[in-house]
Amino acid sequence: MCEVCGCANSSGYVRVAGAILHTESGKQIEVMQAMLHDNDRQAEHNRAHFDAAGILVVNMMSSPGAGKTSLLEATIRALRGRLTIAVIEGDLETENDARRIRSAGAPAVQITTGNACHLDASMVHAALHTLVLREIDVLFIENVGNLVCPASFDLGQHCNVVLLSVTEGDDKPEKYPVMFRAADLLAITKLDLADAVGDFQTLRALRHFRQLANPAPMLELSARDGDGMAAWIGWLISERERCRPAKTKHAHE
Amino acid sequence: MHELAVCESILAQAVAIATAHQAGRVKRITLRIGPLAGVEPGLLSAAFPLVAAGTCCEAARLCIESVAVRVECQLCGAVSQVRPNRLLCGVCGTWRVALLSGDDMRLESLEVFGETSETEREIDHV
Repeated sequence: MCEVCGCANSSGYVRVAGAILHTESGKQIEVMQAMLHDNDRQAEHNRAHFDAAGILVVNMMSSPGAGKTSLLEATIRALRGRLTIAVIEGDLETENDARRIRSAGAPAVQITTGNACHLDASMVHAALHTLVLREIDVLFIENVGNLVCPASFDLGQHCNVVLLSVTEGDDKPEKYPVMFRAADLLAITKLDLADAVGDFQTLRALRHFRQLANPAPMLELSARDGDGMAAWIGWLISERERCRPAKTKHAHE
Repeated sequence: MHELAVCESILAQAVAIATAHQAGRVKRITLRIGPLAGVEPGLLSAAFPLVAAGTCCEAARLCIESVAVRVECQLCGAVSQVRPNRLLCGVCGTWRVALLSGDDMRLESLEVFGETSETEREIDHV
């Protein structure tokens, strides 16, 4: 049973009754289980919470400084009066990002991971119980800025948005294939700096991205001057529509 | 370095399974890891003894089976072995391919030996 929420959808191990081969010195037990089995179970538990509340949950991943928080601030302002947003913030230290989100007008929970390089499903579970899920339409999880570790941990989200700012170089998908393969949307950010940077080519970034066999859409945007924000908001609203039936159904119960 | 967290997860599973089978010690842990799993086998091997110290897995050998990245073309049907950052059909060159293997990240099996003796149980609890 879940110690926090008391629901029956608990994390924990389901022992696999695999084949047992007896050898001279002992026995070999077939397991065939995900290496992150415990995290995967916790993530499914989180997803059950989100689905019951009819929330769209978006995991935002990128290198540090790609503009995750700025995009979220602009998103909160753009959706004011239309959709209720909340944010779970992940950083090694400080409440800075949570403060920025609250100033923009949305509730925020800050997870400080200490030296951990990624969020995991149990951290998100602790955070989600501090939010009133029924009042939220879209929950963003701003992961720790890192193009490696966060890609391996399911948090219970419905989709992954991976940000790539024009100041980072257009070959990042080629260098970090695991992260960019996980993207359900690739957002090219800081478009307002593209001229100053000079050598970032969006088409080249897209080619590297497609070479990972990822068919996900790509958007170019600038949170600062608003370019491309309408397409981003449109994508969010269409993803949100997929979760709406669960919420409507629950409201009638 | 998330490999430490991955090691802790493997260890928790191995200890629980060994306990369920009343095994004294785990001799070998076999994993299957593809290049697209996002886990570095070398770092995993280096980190495992640190987390396993003092448990029934401390003497266990970590055997890591590597897996090739293979894709199946959705246009021409060809199966190709490819590099982790170039998932293109080896015949027609399209990126419209399905991954057949290479993102594996699985605990395959455990080799255990001996029934837990009373003495060992007491030692494990200290």
